[in-house]
Amino acid sequence: MSISVRDITKDFGHFKALKSVDLEIPDGQLVALLGPSGSGKTTLLRIIAGLEFADSGTVEFNGSDITDKTTRERHVGFVFQHYALFRHMTVFENIAFGLRVRPRRLRPSNDEIKKKVNELLGLIQLRNQAGRYPSQLSGGQRQRVALARALAVEPSVLLLDEPFGALDAKVRQELRRWLRQLHDEVHITSVFVTHDQEEALELADIVAVMNEGRIEQVGSPDEVYNHPATSFVYNFLGNVNLFHGRVDDGKPLIGDSPSGHLLFVRPHLLEIARQPNGATHFRATTKHINVAGPLVKVEAITEWGAPIHVEMSQERFQDLKLLKGETVFIIPKDIAVFKQNGAA
Amino acid sequence: MAATVSLRLERPASGASAHATSEPAVVRWILIAVAVSFLGIFLFFPLAVVFITAFQKGVFFYLQAFQDPDTLSAVRLTPAIAVPLNLVFGVAAAWVIGKFDFVGKSLLITLIDLPFSVSPVVAGLVFVLLFGLQGLAGPWLIAHDIRIIFAVPGIVLATIFVTFPFVARELLPLIQAQGNEEEEAALTLGASGWQTFFRVTLPNVKWALICGVILCNARAMGEFGAVSVVSGDIRGLTNTMPLHIEILYNDYQFVAAFAVASLLALLALMTLLVKSVIEWKTGQHLATQATDDKALSQ
Repeated sequence: MSISVRDITKDFGHFKALKSVDLEIPDGQLVALLGPSGSGKTTLLRIIAGLEFADSGTVEFNGSDITDKTTRERHVGFVFQHYALFRHMTVFENIAFGLRVRPRRLRPSNDEIKKKVNELLGLIQLRNQAGRYPSQLSGGQRQRVALARALAVEPSVLLLDEPFGALDAKVRQELRRWLRQLHDEVHITSVFVTHDQEEALELADIVAVMNEGRIEQVGSPDEVYNHPATSFVYNFLGNVNLFHGRVDDGKPLIGDSPSGHLLFVRPHLLEIARQPNGATHFRATTKHINVAGPLVKVEAITEWGAPIHVEMSQERFQDLKLLKGETVFIIPKDIAVFKQNGAA
Repeated sequence: MAATVSLRLERPASGASAHATSEPAVVRWILIAVAVSFLGIFLFFPLAVVFITAFQKGVFFYLQAFQDPDTLSAVRLTPAIAVPLNLVFGVAAAWVIGKFDFVGKSLLITLIDLPFSVSPVVAGLVFVLLFGLQGLAGPWLIAHDIRIIFAVPGIVLATIFVTFPFVARELLPLIQAQGNEEEEAALTLGASGWQTFFRVTLPNVKWALICGVILCNARAMGEFGAVSVVSGDIRGLTNTMPLHIEILYNDYQFVAAFAVASLLALLALMTLLVKSVIEWKTGQHLATQATDDKALSQ
């Protein structure tokens, strides 16, 4: 089912959570709402679910206006950040809940419910835990039960609020892959909220980057990462070095001469060399070198006194034999230029 | 061998100062003595006196006190109406306060606590002033031949007033701590408002609710002040147990008075016992969950 969000505005007292937000979500896509806390992403998700109501604007499912419909009438599956499992029910009863509360004429028989729940228990690999209570499960298991519970009612869309936020890094990785796999099998239109750019880029078909109640950019992970529309998006998706500078004949020039342009360079797009090689360059003194991990991270101070971060491969580092406190040449390989107010 | 020795050295044989927070022996004994004598003087001794006096003239006299029809009716008049009404009110109030934000919320919380701070006698007088002969609604009530003061309805009203914070107070912290998420989850899964309330909200506060009802019931049985003002002490008609005890005592029927008092005390003790069992059971439930959690994380 496709989702259209049109001109949605929402205030909480004086705080403007959403400022005229538009978003089109095509059928069957896995969409990430990505942004820092307070950017309005969870509010937008809750408005789509009908748990919150917009001050103005409309929400459409498959082209029909559902703005005034209650949560119950929208048939959405919602997965909460802290799972919100029914603590007094077993795993089995949690998953069966949505089927048991149906009006009598729509309610499946006990045997059908049993079959359906067992199917879902198999899907989330928790067949042996059906009789346990939520408090007896680990975080990752709880989140899988929450997902199965939402899927049991065969919702038209699946909405997930920071689904992996409360889990440790390893479990998060696993669940992320599992969710991607699940989505490829079930093909249900899904929207998830996250503040983790890596998660959004890895998992989603479409990423909507949000900031201060607005959507900054919508696009595929490749588009938003490699062609960021605003300085915020560039800044938020990955580490950056920020320089002030100017543009001469369409050529960005880094230097301490503020003239209305912001220049961004990602740490891995700065090259360290002992010779200037004729390219655009500046001088810097290395201050700290971290060799742990797949990339070597170098912290340096530029000739005008600003700190910069450079990343390079272990091989390149071995070749250079870089030392702490050494003065080297820095060659930017790709510079992204934005006007001071943020637009490209 | 060496390892065992050093282990023993680390733990003093008496276990006296095993914790950094423990006090010297003298201080501990003084504190224990104060607590025990306080409990003895104000709790155990009076309770013992009640039962000893009740059985002073033997079991026969003790049982005879309950043969008196006035006593029997007093036992029966223990307000069975107040508790269910307060149950409904308490659940509704705690639910509204715990789940929603609205103007006047803190005022409502203060009002719920009012019966705790107002003297029960004042509460009784309020009802006399409202429904009594000279009261606001008095003439109208007489014209329609409705008796509230010096009748059972007055006793019920006064008891409801005095006992209404118990259920709400017991539920409120729990409902507030649990938040709204489970209810929201139920709604997204297609449950109606009533289904959400009966299948999710209520089961989650079940034990606190039972505790609240037990405390409410204990107070309703024992309430003296407010009921004394509105009842008029009509024997066999508007006498509750505490009032009946006072009448017997004033008639110098000490054994009978203490016999009824012992029954009331016994009911109170049973109430506390049930409450402790419930708390112990919920505690045990939580403890097993905690150990399960630990086992999982290992």
